[in-house]
Formats: sequence, structure tokens, C-alpha cells
Amino acid sequence: MSGQKLKFAFYWAASCGGCEVAVLDVDEKILDVVAIADIVFWPVAIDIKYKDVEAMPDKSIDVCFFNGAVRNEEQEHLAKLLRQKSKVLVAFGSCAHQGGIPGLANVADRKEIFATVYLENPSTANPKGVVPQTRSKVPEGELKLPEFYDTVRCLDQVVDVDYYLPGCPPTAKRIAGAVEAIAKGALPPKGTVLGPEKSVCDECPRKKEDKKINKIYRVYEIVPDTERCLLEQGIICLGPATRGGCDAQCINANMPCTGCGGPCPKATEQGAAMLSALASILGVEEEKEQDFDPQKLIDQVKDPLGTFYRYSIPSSILRRRVMK
Amino acid sequence: MKEISIDPITRLEGHGKIQIFLNEEGNVANAYLQIPELRGFERFCVGRKGEDLPQITPRICGVCPVAHHMASTKALDAAFHVDPPLAAKKLRELLYSGYYIYDHTLHFYFLASPDFVVGPTAPAAERNILGVISKVGLDIAKEVIKHRAYGQKITAMIGGKATHPVCGLPGGMSKPITEEERQQIESMAESSVKFAQFTLQVFNDVVLKNKNYVDLILSDAYKLRTYYMGTVDENNKVNLYDGKLRIVDPEGKEFAKWAPADYLNNIEEHVEEWTYVKLPYLKKIGWKGLVDGPDSGIYRVAPLGRLNAADGMATPLAQEEYKRMYETLGGKPVHATLATHWARLVELLYAAERCLELSRDKDVTSTNIRNKPGQPGEGVGIVEAPRGSLIHHYVLDEEGLAKKVNLIVATVNNAPAICMSIRDAAKGVIKNGVVNDGLLNMVEMAFRAYDPCFGCATHYAVGQMPMEVKIYDHNKKLLTTVRR
Repeated sequence: MSGQKLKFAFYWAASCGGCEVAVLDVDEKILDVVAIADIVFWPVAIDIKYKDVEAMPDKSIDVCFFNGAVRNEEQEHLAKLLRQKSKVLVAFGSCAHQGGIPGLANVADRKEIFATVYLENPSTANPKGVVPQTRSKVPEGELKLPEFYDTVRCLDQVVDVDYYLPGCPPTAKRIAGAVEAIAKGALPPKGTVLGPEKSVCDECPRKKEDKKINKIYRVYEIVPDTERCLLEQGIICLGPATRGGCDAQCINANMPCTGCGGPCPKATEQGAAMLSALASILGVEEEKEQDFDPQKLIDQVKDPLGTFYRYSIPSSILRRRVMK
Repeated sequence: MKEISIDPITRLEGHGKIQIFLNEEGNVANAYLQIPELRGFERFCVGRKGEDLPQITPRICGVCPVAHHMASTKALDAAFHVDPPLAAKKLRELLYSGYYIYDHTLHFYFLASPDFVVGPTAPAAERNILGVISKVGLDIAKEVIKHRAYGQKITAMIGGKATHPVCGLPGGMSKPITEEERQQIESMAESSVKFAQFTLQVFNDVVLKNKNYVDLILSDAYKLRTYYMGTVDENNKVNLYDGKLRIVDPEGKEFAKWAPADYLNNIEEHVEEWTYVKLPYLKKIGWKGLVDGPDSGIYRVAPLGRLNAADGMATPLAQEEYKRMYETLGGKPVHATLATHWARLVELLYAAERCLELSRDKDVTSTNIRNKPGQPGEGVGIVEAPRGSLIHHYVLDEEGLAKKVNLIVATVNNAPAICMSIRDAAKGVIKNGVVNDGLLNMVEMAFRAYDPCFGCATHYAVGQMPMEVKIYDHNKKLLTTVRR
């Protein structure tokens, strides 16, 4: 990429802004980024509007880092627009990659969410049942809001995606690595997840003793030993089913991995992989007993959906709750 | 009638657009700030494990995740009927002070300062942090980057991760810090106190010494006479982590003071059909529409709201700056919206001083940081997020799973005032049909002062109205059916 500067764009859809902060967390390296690239669109930081993006020639953006899931009409439009304007589209962070925390909303549809927020909420006074409308009349004219969809989708369920940068948010190290690969023109084959080919377990410094467990503990119920594997102490830790690259930050704070890095290399279903890992160590002895009741083991796992699929419902085989 | 859209509004956290209507003379008939994005936390947190909420709710906002993490953890303390050891409370506040250094630095330099350092009507392409860097020079830029990073480092050291920390548990904290870590925090805090003083000097030199800016700050287009709310300690000084909520009226007199569990008696929310964000107001005054004054329940939070609602700052250097601000701007309360930038820097200094104080407290390296939770039930947790009072309210079932979740998020408190501020700014700067990028940016400056986080404000994740809505009373009896 000699001479000419690259053009980067950053966008946020249904997300929290943590991915924008993650970009700033590269600290003084941000000065290196702006030395090799012009940032042509980044609503959190620069005053470029949608109309400016629409006016850009197709494929004129070299790399667009798109974070957030697709939750509404406006986000779908921006995903398609930025795909059209960009040579390379990176699904940045857990929400774009897998649906992320906003993807948990696939346990409900808009009607249920609507009722929770506007009609049944304890601090809301709404005797007339007023609710936001996609089009509403005001004395001066009409105001429009984007349509809100029933189902949250991850980015590759809406447009073609070139690369994935996992994590909630991706670490500064991984972001810097991706930018470096782009600058050198050394990107891997299309479709690659830009992360190490190992699990969080592989990066975890704790001792594993190949111990079986018969009881599951909630994080507030025990103070775990800081040297030993959390899973072997009965705390559900998604380390075995989650791609590494995070240096096991949560585990080093004496809390379990919750799975933000997405599935391990070659695994497609993170939740199923974790269920399988748990089944291989939980109640192994009890299973040999004659009056063994598997339900007793299963009942120990509270909120399996939020535990095994916290960041990945939209991209999982479950996708969403079936609404009757 | 002619319409102008600013879409998206920029240099803020989250999504928003401004719709301006001009009358035949080309003057502003009205302007609306619309929030087009939503997610759905209050619904999808239901069914989750209580102890997971301090990690799920920070994804409302990755710019202020620590505020959500703390409000959530405090709500769990209350819901599990457990009081954390004193050392855990100090460790949490140390983390929280460090986080404030990061957040207020980010807002002032990256989001707000382009309007003052580069100029409100400078070309759009230069009105950003890179434009600021080219004006102030690389040495200062590196100091800004360094201190923003210090705030993140302190948070990560105590919380495990800076964006989306994991340390908060009902009854305490997941891990202690070492003496070596404490020393590192102390030295970063020392440096941050000096940096905060330097930043106030920058504000003094760039903004206060420029008569045009001072006139702009004090002009009627950027002024609202509202109530103000913030958390105070037992001496009515600003406290960011814990205390009682105090509300003052537009004259500055105390109107109410209440404990977190009492929020439903004090705040209520109104719904409009043209925006997804709800509009809170003081329940005892009532909703009177988008108007200011003592008869309207609209109140303001965030730095200016907090300073107006308190009697001062609890640290010495910040207290001096507090006095100087009110002396300069003509006494309390200050109604000038753009003075929020100044108030934010007074708080930056307070946070750095408080961080230094706590880092020198021997309790913060204690390993006695967890008490055993009791039976799960109901709890409210409130902290002062950088953008205002943040309320988390949970009802847990007997297994500790969330049954009900209500969140009144910092920026939402300010939503009615922000709508009024952009309307008044539009009326003030757009005259006789003359509209250009610089003038539209001056409309955007009205919301930027609040440092709004529409990521936070859109946590409800509600959407387009369904084809049919049935409204039930508390006994599940159908009251009415609304169809589109």
C-alpha cells in the first residue's frame, strides 16, 4: 500500500459503543492508524452524515469495520450501503459476529418487548397506551422512525462478510493485529475469523486436575480457589467452548468465561460444544448408579440459554424463540 | 413547510437524528430530536440469573459500562439483602473514580473540544479529535491519550476488563488488588490530578478567555430553567458512587431528598409517539409538555445537574474550582446548558482527587471483600453515571432469576431537556432561511453539552408498534385494544 492512504470506515448498529472504545484502547497506536488511513465515516468521532456516505463511489472504502447486530430497518440499510461502498467488510465484535447481547432479545418479539417497556413498566405513566410509531403526525408535519424487527440478526445474515473479529469487545491487541495485516496487504482467506486457533482454556493459567464434579455452584455461592480450574470447582466456565485471544481476562479476575469470543476453531455451535464439555465432567459417577435421575443434574443449570448462548442466539441453530 | 434533517447526529454515544421544520419566513417552527434505535434489555434480562445482570446490563453502553456494572451490583446487594465489607465498597469506589477519569477525558477532548478548539463553524472535516490534535500539538495529544488510558487501566486492574468489567458480585468483589497494583494506581491518580488541573486551564484559556464563546454559553438559546438532580453525601457534597438523591428547584432550593429504594415515588416517565425514548419528569410536579420553569416536572442530571443539586465538592481542589465556576457564572443554579462542559471538568478533578485519596487508603488492598448473600428478593441500585443518575431495579425469584427489570438510564433523565435545548438552539441560530453546516453544528452543540448516551437511552429495544396492542390492567383484564 505504498503512497496512497487507505480509507477506513467504522459503524455501529445494534451495539453498545464498547467496540468504538476498543478502537481507542489501542491508545497511541491510533496515531499510527491515522498515519496509514483516512477515516471517512465514524459517527462517534467525526461529522460525516449518511448523505455523505451515500455520495461515495461504490467500493471506495478500503475497509469497513461494522459493529453491532441488525435490529431495525435503519441498521439493515446501513449494512447494505456500507457493503456496497466497501472493498472489505469486517464483522467487528460479538454483536456483528454472532448477534451478541442484543441477540438475547430473540427470546421475545417486538410485541412482548413493547408491552414490557411501555405498558407494564412500573415507572411509566401511560394511561392512553401511547406508543412510538414509524410515522407520526406533529403540528408541523410528519416524523418517521425506522421499523423495529421481531428478530435480531448478525451481520452475515444480512450481507456478505469478509472477516470476523470476535470479542465483546475485541481486545486492543487483536484490533492492532488486524490493522497491521490490512496495512501489509497480508489478510488471510475470505471468511477467516481473525483470532488465534486455540480456546480460552488453552490460554488459561489455572491448573487442571481432570477432576469430575457433581455439583454446580453459582458465582456468588463460593469463593473459588484462584489457582485451580473454575469448571473443576463447579462454576460453569465457557473456556473450553470459546475461542481464545483474550488472555483469559475474566478468569484472571476470578470470574468464569462467559463466551464472548464465539465458538472454537472448527466448532460451529458454541452452546452445544459447552453442553458437551459440561456433560463430560458433571455427574459421571452418579450416572452409574441404578436409580440415577438425569433431571437432577440438569436442574442444577439455571438459565441454560443465558449461560450457554449468551452472545450467540442469532447465529446458533436455535436462532430465536418460537412464538406461538 | 421546509424540512431539514441532521442524520445521524455525530460525536455522541449512540444514535439520533434532528428534524427541523421551517416556516414560510425561513425561521424555525419547531425542531425534534428523535431516537431511532432500540434494543430490549428490560425484556430479555427477565429469566437471566441475577448475578449475570452486572455483566449483561453494561452492554447497554460500552462507553459507560462501569456505571451499569456498579448500579447493577448495588441493586444485587439490595436484592440479596447483603451489605459488602467496607473494603469492598472502597475498592468499588476506587474503580469508579478511575473510570470517571477515562470517561470525562474522553468526552471533553474527543467529543466536545472540537467545537471550541477547532471552532463551532469550522469545516466538518476538521471538527474532530484529529483537528484538535493538529491545533494543540502532538505532545498534548499524547497526554490526553495517556490519561484516558490510565482511567481504563485502573478499571481493568480492579475489574478484570475495562470495557465490560466482571468484578461485581452481590456482597462484594471477585478479587482483591495487590500492593503493587495499588502503588501503580496511586501514581496514575497523582498524574491524573495534574492532568485535570491542566485541562481546566485549557478550558480557561480556550473557552473562557474568548468573549464569543462566553456570550454563546450565556445566551438564551442555550439556557433552560429546570429542576436539577444528583446524588449527594451526608454533607450534601457531590458523590458519584453512593448516597441520597437530591433535587433542587429552578431557584436552587432543595425540593426533595430520597433514598434509592424510593425512586418510584419521585420519578415517572411519559411516552411520545415520535421517539423511542421515554421522557421522565418529577412525579410530584407532573408532565406539562416540553416546557421549562417551576411548574414543569422536567429536571436535569449529569455534571451541571449534579453540581447544581449539591452544596459543593468533597475534595479540596475540586471545591475551589466549584466556587470559581459559580462566582464566574453569577451564582447558583447555573441554567446555561453549555456550562455543563465546565462542570464536567470540575468533576474530572474531583474524580482524580478521590481516586488518589482512595488509592492511599490501606483498606483497598484488604482481602476481606466479600460477605455472604442472603435470600434473593427485590432491590434498587443507583449510581451517578457520567451522564446522570442511573437506576437499576430488579425483582428476583426464589432461585435468584430475574422476574422484573426496570432501568432508568442516565441520559433518559435528560431526554426532555435535550429535546428542548436543540429546539431552542435551532430557533436561536437559524434565521430567515439561512442554513449551513456550521449553523447546524451549533444546533448539535446543544445536545453535545449533555454528553448524551443514546446507546443507553435506547436500551429498551422497543420497536415499531405492532398491528394491534391490547392493554390489560393489573388483573390481566383487557381494557382496550389499539389498532394501527
